[in-house]
Amino acid sequence: MAEPTYPDHLRYHPEHDWALVEGDQATFGITWFAQDALGEVVFFDPPAAGTTVTKDQPYAEVESVKAVSDVIAPLSGEIVEVNAALADAPDRINDDPYGAGWLVKVRLTNPAELDALLDVEAYKSLLG
Amino acid sequence: MAPETLLRTPLHDRHAAAGGKLVPFAGWEMPVQYEGIREEHVAVRTGVGVFDVSHMGEIEVRGPQAQEFLQRTLSNDVARMPVGGAQYSVLCRDDGGVLDDLFAYRLADRHHLIVTNASNHGKDLAWLQAHAPDFDVDVVDRAPDFAMLAVQGPRARALVGALADGALPPRFHVCQRVVAGVPLLVCGTGYTGEDGVELLVAPDGAAQVWDALLAAGATPCGLGARDTLRLEVCYPLYGNDLMEERGPIEAGLGWCCKEATGFIGADAVRAVREAGPAERLVAFAIDGPGIARQGNPVVGGGEVTSGTLSPCLGVGIGMAYVPADCAAPDTRLEIDVRGRVRAAIVKPKPLYTKETT
Repeated sequence: MAEPTYPDHLRYHPEHDWALVEGDQATFGITWFAQDALGEVVFFDPPAAGTTVTKDQPYAEVESVKAVSDVIAPLSGEIVEVNAALADAPDRINDDPYGAGWLVKVRLTNPAELDALLDVEAYKSLLG
Repeated sequence: MAPETLLRTPLHDRHAAAGGKLVPFAGWEMPVQYEGIREEHVAVRTGVGVFDVSHMGEIEVRGPQAQEFLQRTLSNDVARMPVGGAQYSVLCRDDGGVLDDLFAYRLADRHHLIVTNASNHGKDLAWLQAHAPDFDVDVVDRAPDFAMLAVQGPRARALVGALADGALPPRFHVCQRVVAGVPLLVCGTGYTGEDGVELLVAPDGAAQVWDALLAAGATPCGLGARDTLRLEVCYPLYGNDLMEERGPIEAGLGWCCKEATGFIGADAVRAVREAGPAERLVAFAIDGPGIARQGNPVVGGGEVTSGTLSPCLGVGIGMAYVPADCAAPDTRLEIDVRGRVRAAIVKPKPLYTKETT
């Protein structure tokens, strides 16, 4: 994905993560800005299903050729699924950060935290 | 360092135009990548890439005792470098600690040019000038007078040769040429493990050469690919793999240290060579997923000094200082990668050769 893209239907964390909330579950990923800053992702080290994640805390690492970065949980919950396809094709995080490049699915433990996330306009204004 | 104080190369607007991502590096604003590190890496391994390495420094040494002065300050046997030759050396302290690693080019009988690492240029210049009064020699900072382009890859010589007014110098040689209408120095050296040349050109001629190289099909490459390319062939990087606290024998650079010449640090280097170093810089590959990085500890002693994902080999690779009894190829290592222990295997250098793939 060559051009900056920020879908309207997602909620955003200032550390450049997105969450797609559906009922008591959410899908997490990193934003176009984050993958562009990283460069080509060559390794995604996911947590195991069943792991607890805490809002604002790192829960996984993504590595580009050049550097490693923590991924911050936008919401709290328990991981129910990880994107296993990223083990062989981590560059999906670059090519399709909101689709095939999703990272984990989480059962939310505190849906009220959603109020603290940014909508697309607030996130884009953060990027300046 | 604040962004407004960063130095810019004469190709700064070219990098922006080519989509380069500019980052601070050793006090300079340098392109780390254009299209992507992997694409640029492959371009150099299979075709030709061009790097702006104008952050590198230059020091001119000339005068009746230029050779004697360099024999005293550089580790290699400078007397063996012919006019038009190039030679790799380290610059050592009295205790053998490495101040820098560098190429010296003999432009004329008593006239040499040294190319320094950007981060060490000021230190090197001060060191050399401090030792110059014992010799009939002038040591002059020429960094402001040169931009530097590295043209590297199996097609590099053909591409540059077609733009040049004469034959290119062989590997480890240097000569004056006109390339793309611009007079410059062509050096048969590089930092990628591929054939190629490095061009030392006046700053106001750099853009004309850059444009001609790109028009002829060279891929613009950033410092990110330069780092992955050099690490695959195990060229040390100062500040990662080389440092004042360690000597050249530990770093595997004993081949460019000729203690018989009496260079500064020769006694210390000889002592380590004869006794055997306590640790050695080894190449390794991760056995499984993961990428070790600079600063990751080696379990049982030692540390990773460079690490990346090898675009050609598809695994995490790197170099690490380990106890000398762990330095033999095939030795298994464990590396603490941010709290997770990764298995690694000591490999022969270089990690990548044409035959590897």
